[in-house]
Amino acid sequence: MRFWFAIIFLMLIASGLIWRMVYLMVLNRDFLLDQSNARVLRVVDIPAYRGMIVDRNSKPLAVSTPVDSVWINPTQFSAEPQDLTELCRLLGIPLIDLQQRLRQDPEREFMYLKRRINPALAAQVKGLNIPGIYLQREYRRYYPEGEIAAHILGFTNIDDQGQEGLELAYNDWLRGVPGKKQVIKDRLGHIIANLKVLKEPQPGHDLMLSIDRRIQYMAYRELKDAVEKYKAASGSVIVVDVKTGEVLAMVNQPSYNPNNRPQEHDGRYRNRAITDVFEPGSTAKAFSVANAFMYGNFTPETPINTNPGWMSIEGKVVRDIHNNGAIDVTRVLQKSSNIGVTKLTLAVPPDSLWNTLHRLGFGQPTAVNFPGESSGFLPFHKNWHPFTLATLSFGYGFSVTNLQLVQAYTTLAASGIKRPLSLLKIDTPKTGEQIIDAKVARQVLTMLETVLEEGGGAIRANVPGYIVAGKTGTVRIVGPHGYDPHRHIGFFVGIAPAANPRLAISVMINDPRSGGYYGGIVAAPVFSKVMAGALRVMEVPPEVQQ
Amino acid sequence: MKITPVLHNTRIHNPHGFRLSLWEKMHLDLPLLLGLVLLIGLGMLILYSAGGKSLMFLSQQAMRLSLAAGIMIGLAQIPPQSYRTWAPWLYTVGVVLLIAVLVLGVIGKGAQRWLNLGLFRFQPSELLKLALPMLLAWYFSDRPLPPKLTQIALATIFILIPAALVAKQPDLGTAILIAGAGFCVLLLAGISWRLLLGLIATIIAIAPLSWHFLKEYQRQRVLTFLDPERDPLGSGYHIIQSKIAIGSGGLFGKGWLQGTQSHLNFLPEHATDFIFAVCGEEFGLMGGIVLLSIYAFIIIRGLQIAIRAQDTFSRLLAGSLALSFFLYIFINIGMVSGLLPVVGVPLPLVSYGGTSMVTLMASFGILMSIQTHRRLVAS
Repeated sequence: MRFWFAIIFLMLIASGLIWRMVYLMVLNRDFLLDQSNARVLRVVDIPAYRGMIVDRNSKPLAVSTPVDSVWINPTQFSAEPQDLTELCRLLGIPLIDLQQRLRQDPEREFMYLKRRINPALAAQVKGLNIPGIYLQREYRRYYPEGEIAAHILGFTNIDDQGQEGLELAYNDWLRGVPGKKQVIKDRLGHIIANLKVLKEPQPGHDLMLSIDRRIQYMAYRELKDAVEKYKAASGSVIVVDVKTGEVLAMVNQPSYNPNNRPQEHDGRYRNRAITDVFEPGSTAKAFSVANAFMYGNFTPETPINTNPGWMSIEGKVVRDIHNNGAIDVTRVLQKSSNIGVTKLTLAVPPDSLWNTLHRLGFGQPTAVNFPGESSGFLPFHKNWHPFTLATLSFGYGFSVTNLQLVQAYTTLAASGIKRPLSLLKIDTPKTGEQIIDAKVARQVLTMLETVLEEGGGAIRANVPGYIVAGKTGTVRIVGPHGYDPHRHIGFFVGIAPAANPRLAISVMINDPRSGGYYGGIVAAPVFSKVMAGALRVMEVPPEVQQ
Repeated sequence: MKITPVLHNTRIHNPHGFRLSLWEKMHLDLPLLLGLVLLIGLGMLILYSAGGKSLMFLSQQAMRLSLAAGIMIGLAQIPPQSYRTWAPWLYTVGVVLLIAVLVLGVIGKGAQRWLNLGLFRFQPSELLKLALPMLLAWYFSDRPLPPKLTQIALATIFILIPAALVAKQPDLGTAILIAGAGFCVLLLAGISWRLLLGLIATIIAIAPLSWHFLKEYQRQRVLTFLDPERDPLGSGYHIIQSKIAIGSGGLFGKGWLQGTQSHLNFLPEHATDFIFAVCGEEFGLMGGIVLLSIYAFIIIRGLQIAIRAQDTFSRLLAGSLALSFFLYIFINIGMVSGLLPVVGVPLPLVSYGGTSMVTLMASFGILMSIQTHRRLVAS
């Protein structure tokens, strides 16, 4: 009897258990299934492919390559000895290292084995079918040109977002729209399975630059040589296509390898051609002369008396390096006479020079749309004191970037028409704005040819087979106590071929410490080599027989 | 003590020359064995999934199982009379060891449960799961049944001593199982209904008082049981995840190896105490009923062995072992499905882990011994 009571009692309890199961599994199923799904189903972004950056000839400058990172869950990880050996061989990690790492922290549930390996290798790793081993798809930005184009391109961060340079400026264009997919994630948030794609990722757009990889390379090589040779602190070179305003090359020293970025922030990340300002010095004299020609009654042959090599204005003295005596305007430019340009400038309306410089683009950002660009500084005065005007005329009292300087010379070269500079390739050149009379521009160019002749300061800037017009400049660096007599910036800006200008190049060498500091010494040879190479690349026929 | 001399014979007493099957000669009970094989087979299937498809995990369990099976076969060879003789000594040794554990026991998982014997760790509380019902069966076997009130009182003391010692360790789950095994003997020995109801009423009455004697973590478990949502990320986490696992299985489950709650690590302890949730998630209601049916088959066979047992000791012991097995299942599934508070009781012969498995298989060995050492008499 008692046993049957016991059995009935057991049956009652067992049916209680079964009722509980029915309650959970049938009556409450929908709610609990939702809860289960809510724990594991997640919507995650599918990384979108970031667009390429290519040069004007479609050569890649920045590419996104798919890579895989291999990680393991040590608590799930278990491999047959031969599989383990094979895994270590594929990933190139010593077996002992792996075993030690596994022993160190067996409770961990996430551990990278190797990051960013190529997908083919990753497929082999996956093929081993070892439990607890996982792959994670990533995109790695790769810059084939390395340090040569580092400053223009900039770089992206680990999330594939532009941080510097054009990667930052054109981030929205390049990056594309991430897609969405539904996945199963475990408690630690690892993706276990892909269920379905909710939205396809939209790949980013490619970006074609105005840069020519070959010219960029030559400019970089020559600049680097010169900076090393003269033990300079820094330098930059910009090459611009006169007909279109496209920047064909823009290089800086020091530079860095964007594929393996150094941690130091010692200024090597700066695109100095665009961010660093300096006083243009003698290179501005071309504009003072052009301005005098536009507003006064001068010709290249107009005589100017620069005796005795100095002159006094409002009690302050303007000097030339040598006494050039009575010379014509051509010689004023060739000999870079401060007194000459001062006399020319003081003979025309006082605010005309500021207007001309302003219209040439000084004191305002260029059109290249580059992050961190400096506008330079062109102070405006209501009443122009003659001495202030005089310093302005020979390139002091205002500051410019190398890009602004080359822009102004490009305008001079393009018959006085200023076109917006561009770092992107331009199919049809924009119609520019006439800043300097075409006739005056032509006259100034012709006068600037003499700078490279015997008696000028820049014999070394000559390019065999071509006639070059250009101007040197050497300025003292402003230190904590005014101008530092021992530190200089030497530069050279030139245009070739002078008769039918195609290219304008500006070279800036900052603080050379050995072997000279004059622009005609340190910058002119760089100009010569880069111009020679660039003309060849652009297939500009030589005009003069050797 | 009235012991029939013939029962001292270790071989089956078979004066009429009945034909004995091979199984009976080996002192194994075929239906029970069949039930166990089915259970272990299904258990391995579930464990393979719960253990993250690790064969190493599975082979460890298989090794433990074979060790436990060896113990079961060994114990089946020993006639019930020997158990009867040993019962008081086993119980005494067990209680002494329990005290020793409390005094010298090594700390494991925050509770003192093991006795380090150098070669292996021994859990005296497991011994008591068998020794207590043996003692009580021995105690009632030569006394007229139903027992007198004083005898019941003494038996209750026999039960409470080891249960209290184990609860002190603290291992509430095992304490409940030990006490349960003892009360099963009391129940089978024949307590009057009035007394039984009175006992139950007393337990209910003193339950609130026992609150003060519970450890903080045990109080948390009771509070969590009453309202799991009060701390969903802390103490309520287990039971919420477990209910979700079972419930989301539905009628037929998500399929073998397809359970997300366990495979994605949401369900804690899914290879040990909470393995029933894995079964529910992957095999659904049908799987749960199949598992319960196998358990029911084993329990019914155990009770059958008890009914057929020829002396009081065997009958009480067999009945108590079968009911203890039931208690195991009820507590575990009740806990996993949120019917009972969380106490650390594994799902018998399915959960990963060794200690309880050895005890369970030993109890089946004793059941088989009781079944196969009967005097076969032509009636």
